Amino acid sequence: MSRLSFAATAVVLVLLFGTASWLYPGFLSARVIANLFGDNAALGIAAIGMTFVILSGGIDLSVGAVLAFTSTLVALLVTRHAVPPLLAIALGLAIGAAFGAVMGAMIHRYELPPFLVTLAGMFFARGMAFVLSLESLGISHPFYRSAATFGIPLSAKATLNAPALIFLVLFAAASCLLHATRFGRDVYAVGGHEPSARLLGVAVGKTKIAVYALSGTCSALAGVVATLRMGSGNPAQGTGFELDAIACVVIGGTLLSGGVGSLAGTLNGVLIFGTIQIALVFDGRLNSWWARIVVGALLLLFIVFQKLLARAASRRA
Amino acid sequence: MSTTRPDPLHPDPLHKLRAYFAGFPLLWPLVGLAALLLFNVVYHPGFLALEVRDGHLYGTPVDLLHQGAKGILLAIGMTLVIASGGIDLSVGSVMALAGAAAALLAKRADLPLVAVIVLPLLLAAIAGLWNGLLVTRIGIQPIIATLVLMTSGRGLAMLLTGGQNPAFDRSGFIFLGNGHLLGLPFTIYLVAAALTTAGLLLRRTALGLFLESTGDNERASRASGVDARLVKTAVYVVSGVCAGLAGLVATSNIKQADPIRTGEMMELDAIFAVVVGGTALTGGRFTLAGSVVGALLIQTLTQTMFYLGVPPPIAPVPKAIIVLAVCLLQSAGFRRDVVGLVKRPIRR
Repeated sequence: MSRLSFAATAVVLVLLFGTASWLYPGFLSARVIANLFGDNAALGIAAIGMTFVILSGGIDLSVGAVLAFTSTLVALLVTRHAVPPLLAIALGLAIGAAFGAVMGAMIHRYELPPFLVTLAGMFFARGMAFVLSLESLGISHPFYRSAATFGIPLSAKATLNAPALIFLVLFAAASCLLHATRFGRDVYAVGGHEPSARLLGVAVGKTKIAVYALSGTCSALAGVVATLRMGSGNPAQGTGFELDAIACVVIGGTLLSGGVGSLAGTLNGVLIFGTIQIALVFDGRLNSWWARIVVGALLLLFIVFQKLLARAASRRA
Repeated sequence: MSTTRPDPLHPDPLHKLRAYFAGFPLLWPLVGLAALLLFNVVYHPGFLALEVRDGHLYGTPVDLLHQGAKGILLAIGMTLVIASGGIDLSVGSVMALAGAAAALLAKRADLPLVAVIVLPLLLAAIAGLWNGLLVTRIGIQPIIATLVLMTSGRGLAMLLTGGQNPAFDRSGFIFLGNGHLLGLPFTIYLVAAALTTAGLLLRRTALGLFLESTGDNERASRASGVDARLVKTAVYVVSGVCAGLAGLVATSNIKQADPIRTGEMMELDAIFAVVVGGTALTGGRFTLAGSVVGALLIQTLTQTMFYLGVPPPIAPVPKAIIVLAVCLLQSAGFRRDVVGLVKRPIRR
């Protein structure tokens, strides 16, 4: 069943990209493909963390706020306190991980609903971002200047920039973690059926806390990537980001009930999302709010599709 | 000696007190509200002062009720949805949608005022029905079903207004959010009417019982003849209408539609109000009065931040801490841990 929904998302991606290439001249180019990864790197990174959380049967609504907090923190440390960028980034990632772990601990130990804890986490992180700075902070540092120009050239016009590379490397690492380690199997087991996982000796608590810590780290990394892309840290950015990330994961065929799905599907979801955005830019007639409507419609379509598949599977059984 | 010996059946000396409070679930939200008001009075002695100007009553308490009206309206709908075991994340977007529709209708002088009010509410009801059908007919989890409308609702609102914030000059509609009646803001009467209707329907008829049984155990209620699907669909429609009404008030307040800002983050305030008010997120028993107190608590907190000069963007931090604290206090595991921490040193 997971293979079927993965195939469906792959078909949708190819159809979407094909239609856009047919409609808009210049769409099918190395530059657009490189931009697809570069522009959606932050979203993709957050969606990777979200995939682990949703596979384990939870949800993380704090990703956009943690992104904003980390980007503001890094910008503040680098510009106002002259902290070396790499140290600031490491600190940001550590705080993101700790923040996620605390939320995971509350969800596991005190059995609070994940959406409520992460909703409160979202409020908290967003507010704390504004405590750091009420305004967007521009970063000017030699490290950032060289990071902005860094990239692997694909062709004369197209380069895979630093955010895109971070996204791809993280994707490869996360795929290994999910599909080739004991931790990955534990995540699937916990999301599939928690009581059974516990009876089979899976460390349910550790797994759940680790999953939220991982998602916090990914959101923080998305914030770091945002500073690389924008050259600034902004406490107001990333509102609605959590929904985009959830949409990418769901469109990618991961079941919201947990236990079924894959990271490759999520990559598909992110690329579908990105293709819609770029196609809207190419079209020029349709306004940006159409993107929200289309993503909402796609999200719904895929959920209904998943439900139908599940119903068919249960009938066969 | 016999008088001081603890009763073996009731080893807890506070048992009577506890039993008394258990019968009064509104206690903690009220204590919280009172503490916050007290803090304000100490910090700013004129906080509770009321004065009459031009025949209208002015002062912070009136302001709290007037500004809190939207939150209370949302909290009424959200209480019912949560009691049914669901959640509605789309209320903020539905506010924006209804507000956008109302602003466009209000610009047309040929339409009667009734149409300007009723048609957007109908739209909001349809939005709620959509949520309800997704949950009951297709079987999508409520968080996700309402997430769809939350993401695309604002897009639809912008589609309606063409990305603009249309302003209007329609005295009847502007009265809804700014007018006074018998010295008090009209919004207070609106909230009172909504609360009375909801209270009468839920507590004087069997509807409230059906709702609580559906939220508690859907299968058992269906087995005993309650149409659980109908109940669940209905609560989303009610929540939609409440959100629509709140959207009308918000739009009337600023005399223009604002698809991006109207109801922004209000869904979270509404959920927080219900949780702080003492309705459990697991569904079942609910308290409307608690949710009203919760909504007022959130509004007072917002106002307090304002008085303290805290920039509005930072206001979410204390809200998040309060809600988490309330939820932790309700969690049996947390209380066990805290009691363990306190008792251990004594035993040694």
